[in-house]
Amino acid sequence: MIPSQFDYHAPTTLAEAVALLSRFGEGAKVLSGGQSLLPLLKLRLGTAEHLVDIGRIPGLEYIKEEGGVLKIGGRTRESALEQSELVKAKAPILHDTARVIADPLVRNLATVGGNLAHGDPGNDHPATMLALDAQVVATGPSGERVIPIDQFFVGLFTTALRPGEILTEIRIPVPPPHSGGAYVKLERKVGDYATAAAAAQVALGPNGAFVKAGIALTNAGPTPVRCTKAQQFLVGKRPSDNSFAEAGRLAAEACSPSADRRGAVDYKREMARVLTGRALKAAVQRAEGR
Amino acid sequence: MATPRTSPEISGMGHSMKRKEDPRFIRGRGNYVDDIQLPGMLHMDIVRSPFAHAKIKSIDTSKALKVPGVLAVIDGPTLAKYNLHWMPTLMSDTQMVLPTDRVMYQAQEVCAVIATDRYAAADGVEAVEVDYEPLEPVIDAHKALLPSAPVLRTDKKGKTDNRIFHWEVGDKSATDKAFKDADVVVAQDMYIPRIHVASIETCGCVADFDRVTGKLTVYMTTQAPHAIRTVFALVAGHVGLSEEKIRIVSPDIGGGFGGKVPVYPGYVIATAASVVIGKPIKWVEDRMENLQADSFARDYHIHAELAARKDGTMTALRIKTLADHGYADAAANPSKFPAGLFSICTGSYDVKHAFAEVDGVYTNKPPGGIAYRCSFRVTEAVHCIERITDVLASELKMDPAALRMKNFIQPDKFPYKSALGWEYDSGNYGAALRKAMDIIGYEDLRKEQAEKRARGELMGIGISSFTEIVGAGPSKHFDILGIKMFDSCEIRVHPTGKAIARFGTKSQGQGHETTYAQIVAEELGIPASQVQVEEGDTDTAPYGLGTYASRSTPTAGAAGAMAARKIREKAKKLAAHLLECSPDDLVWEPGKFSVKGAPDRFKTIQDCAFAAYTNHPQGMEAGLEAVSYYDPPNLTFPFGSYICVVDIDRGTGMVKIRRFVAVDDCGNIINPMIVDGQIHGGLTMGMAPALLEEIQYDESGNIQGGSFMDYLVPTAMETPAWEVDKTVTPSPHHPFGAKGVGESATVGAPPAIANAVVDALAHLGVKHVEIPITPEKVWRILREKGVAE
Amino acid sequence: MATHRIELSVNGAKQSAEVPSRLLLVHLLRENLRLTGTHIGCDTTHCGACTVLLDGTPVKSCTVLAVQADGREVTTVEGLEKDGKLHPIQEGFWEKHGLQCGYCTPGMMLSGCALLARNKSPSEAEIREAISGNLCRCTGYVNIVKAIEYAAEKMRER
Repeated sequence: MIPSQFDYHAPTTLAEAVALLSRFGEGAKVLSGGQSLLPLLKLRLGTAEHLVDIGRIPGLEYIKEEGGVLKIGGRTRESALEQSELVKAKAPILHDTARVIADPLVRNLATVGGNLAHGDPGNDHPATMLALDAQVVATGPSGERVIPIDQFFVGLFTTALRPGEILTEIRIPVPPPHSGGAYVKLERKVGDYATAAAAAQVALGPNGAFVKAGIALTNAGPTPVRCTKAQQFLVGKRPSDNSFAEAGRLAAEACSPSADRRGAVDYKREMARVLTGRALKAAVQRAEGR
Repeated sequence: MATPRTSPEISGMGHSMKRKEDPRFIRGRGNYVDDIQLPGMLHMDIVRSPFAHAKIKSIDTSKALKVPGVLAVIDGPTLAKYNLHWMPTLMSDTQMVLPTDRVMYQAQEVCAVIATDRYAAADGVEAVEVDYEPLEPVIDAHKALLPSAPVLRTDKKGKTDNRIFHWEVGDKSATDKAFKDADVVVAQDMYIPRIHVASIETCGCVADFDRVTGKLTVYMTTQAPHAIRTVFALVAGHVGLSEEKIRIVSPDIGGGFGGKVPVYPGYVIATAASVVIGKPIKWVEDRMENLQADSFARDYHIHAELAARKDGTMTALRIKTLADHGYADAAANPSKFPAGLFSICTGSYDVKHAFAEVDGVYTNKPPGGIAYRCSFRVTEAVHCIERITDVLASELKMDPAALRMKNFIQPDKFPYKSALGWEYDSGNYGAALRKAMDIIGYEDLRKEQAEKRARGELMGIGISSFTEIVGAGPSKHFDILGIKMFDSCEIRVHPTGKAIARFGTKSQGQGHETTYAQIVAEELGIPASQVQVEEGDTDTAPYGLGTYASRSTPTAGAAGAMAARKIREKAKKLAAHLLECSPDDLVWEPGKFSVKGAPDRFKTIQDCAFAAYTNHPQGMEAGLEAVSYYDPPNLTFPFGSYICVVDIDRGTGMVKIRRFVAVDDCGNIINPMIVDGQIHGGLTMGMAPALLEEIQYDESGNIQGGSFMDYLVPTAMETPAWEVDKTVTPSPHHPFGAKGVGESATVGAPPAIANAVVDALAHLGVKHVEIPITPEKVWRILREKGVAE
Repeated sequence: MATHRIELSVNGAKQSAEVPSRLLLVHLLRENLRLTGTHIGCDTTHCGACTVLLDGTPVKSCTVLAVQADGREVTTVEGLEKDGKLHPIQEGFWEKHGLQCGYCTPGMMLSGCALLARNKSPSEAEIREAISGNLCRCTGYVNIVKAIEYAAEKMRER
């Protein structure tokens, strides 16, 4: 398995990278961790005339908290997320997510920015970022712009990133006290994409009822699916097996999976329901400090 | 376990000696086929068909030949000039090397690009333009025999259907009568899916034809180098390749499992290219080629029926099977056994009457029918009998362990003649099952299961009490393309008492360099560390049929012992000469001969070896060496009992193996550490098709899951911590009582897992689940039964 | 198409090469540098036979471009033995029969090494997780786990 020919570029500044991408337009691809891109090129399912490696640009790998916002550099490795105490403390759902992506070796190179920018509904971060109400920072020829995550996933393998733009940062509002989140994935084996997976991020009020719920699904449609009805249903309800079950039912209604080797449509939809319920239950346990 | 007879310094049988081959592997100094780099070597890459069945209208190589580094494109018409475009399979069928007019399966070789490096070769492959006219494919094995199905093998004169063979065994009328007379009859359809061995190293070769000497050397990922040499000589004799000028070398092999027995077209094309171009040619397939085009295993559609009395006594077994062989029968069975040793299907049970029939059919899929770490269709047979036994237990509301105990062939019945004609050498099936039950705590598990059922939780306990049939085989019945299935060993003891032993087999990870040395050590008392074992080079090793079907220890291992015994006999004469006594006055203990009644008068094997070259008696030839070609008097019949406990997630249908206890009996053991390793690996390759692996095709013949993305080889996370134990029932006819163990676990594990899953669902009325048992399949059952979360 | 002059450290030795953009790191190691202990087993980043340490971190070298390794440190299986002394992980694989055909072994050992560098006393579950990007078809993983446990113990003793 050998990729077709391409030219490799290794800019050392963001400006240089953006300039290269703008110059080469459609023929250029950003090489971040390369763990999706290089297999595609090797299988010759994708082509690129130019690869712009952002791996030598300093300052793109970080996880920090600033002003109530968790900021993650676009090129931050999945393994760094997995090992980050800050992530475990502030957004355990993100830790859940990072540790089920592909396998540990892939996670040593794969990046969170790449996971989002690839626009693959089978990737795991999109659902989690939806549940967390994240924002994505894109840096392009005209500088930085902030894209709310709900506007980011446009279609299958298509995102709101414009030609010449690089995903440079993810911003996650640090969840308030009495919050919890969880990501639950069903996979056939380690290294597989999700048959289905559910992300749930909840905040509970003083009376123990939901004040906020973010719910989203992986591999449940051509784009990551936010389960708006399920979210709305939960607000004001108290956590219970019944409320989890109803939210699961509403989440399943929101998805439109396609059949593949992982399962038929009805199975995947049911798994969306079951996993949403489980993710909510785990999220509430964390919110309640259990 | 019996105490070893030899000291740890000698490390004969029974010692867990550290492996002699490991020092190179742990340093990355193994020498696999892709590690071989010869001066001037060129690379080959293959253009493959996107269609399952199509006419080739044209092949345009002009763009490919313009790719920098591309030197040549070899296609079917090129090979046809030398009459090398077809070749025989090991089953005396024929298959294409490269097509001249038609492709018969997706991923079939269409033409080959030769280039200066593998990158250029890959670019060349992409630049070849082939114009196809798709033809109607035959994909469903059941439809292959319908009169309306297109006849695929039009190359065979007079062929009017897609049947390859009809084979039957057993007494049909007596079996039918037993069914009529039975109190209970159960029947079950089961499909043993098409799977792929997926050794982590793919297949490949470096073909090196020397135009000056006329010698062809092919380094090849083959489990059977000698047989391959003969096949090459037979296939290419007409173009001047004579057997003494052909050298096949199996270097280190990264796993074989049966997938490296066949001759693949790539080997032949690379060889032809080397002969034509006069340079060494390397061809190494990639993973997708490996999964999509190399020989598959299984693909058996089975209908099984079992008859019994009310008390559970099994009385008769009847089986009808459809075997999908793809477009050519490229199984690697002994020639007289088109369905391999499937007739071991009466298993561990004393079933008086049996009848089995198998029909092989052609379809537009890759050729095959090879083993997947099993001895010629034994896995299919064992799955069938162990599953239907549980179906019977369920019908009779009997505990599956009790039903097995009731029907086991009892220890005093051996040697036991089975209804389908085999003579089982030895066994103690009840002891193995009882041991497994004790280790796992069977009775307590049944109590736990009852409590869990009451709470709505799903757990199951599954048993498999399998009997294998390995060590092919006696020359009376066993041959491949006419070559009898003996195996061989040649031992030379050097003057200083060290030895080299060469064998006709070829390890692919089994540890022959260690275990064979231990056999020689056991017989001669020369420390195993001082016995150099070599295999795989046809120029130096004695002729043998290779390593597969758990045959190495039963055949070549036996040859090792026999050759060593010949040497010991001569050494005895040398010792008598040195001690100035009669050979009859000598007693042997590992490593030395001593005079009866005078134990301090002795000569070591090393003394004898030295004398063989420096002081041999008048009338005796110098030297100390021997060859044995061992023709086993019978096959060997390893067995075991496995018990698996599973928990099922009612929400997702996911099956989790909680515990798995394997009690194996492979007769006397050479190296317990290696035997355990073989069982661990075999269990994992048994679990894989039970829960994960399958190769499927859509109705157009497109392969589904032809990469590691979808062909689900288990990782350490899916694999449970196997618990293994042993009983030891020696083979009475094998020189040192061993039976072979490489495949037992792969054969025995799938029904234990399937039976556990069915057992977990039995109270819902479930009698059978097809493998691989995916979460979705289980979930569909749970939903249908109204118990899904 | 462009080529690139790269310099990297492989097993502690400086190496330089002129590489095409698309050359995979695994091919640089195996073919240019003739370090054939790093193997290739799949095309889709699943099997881990090609695992090497890149600046100490295990990665699949079939999914890294050679040019990406410019200026970095690569450790392959050939770099484990130091001054004629086996690395404890090598001892462990030998001692505990952690290998059969040997094809996945270099990658397994390097994944094991990287685990032990950050976790001196891994549990069985942690070991299994750490090697879950490496496929073995022979051993059933039981003895690989034991081999890594053996190495952990040896390394704690030192």
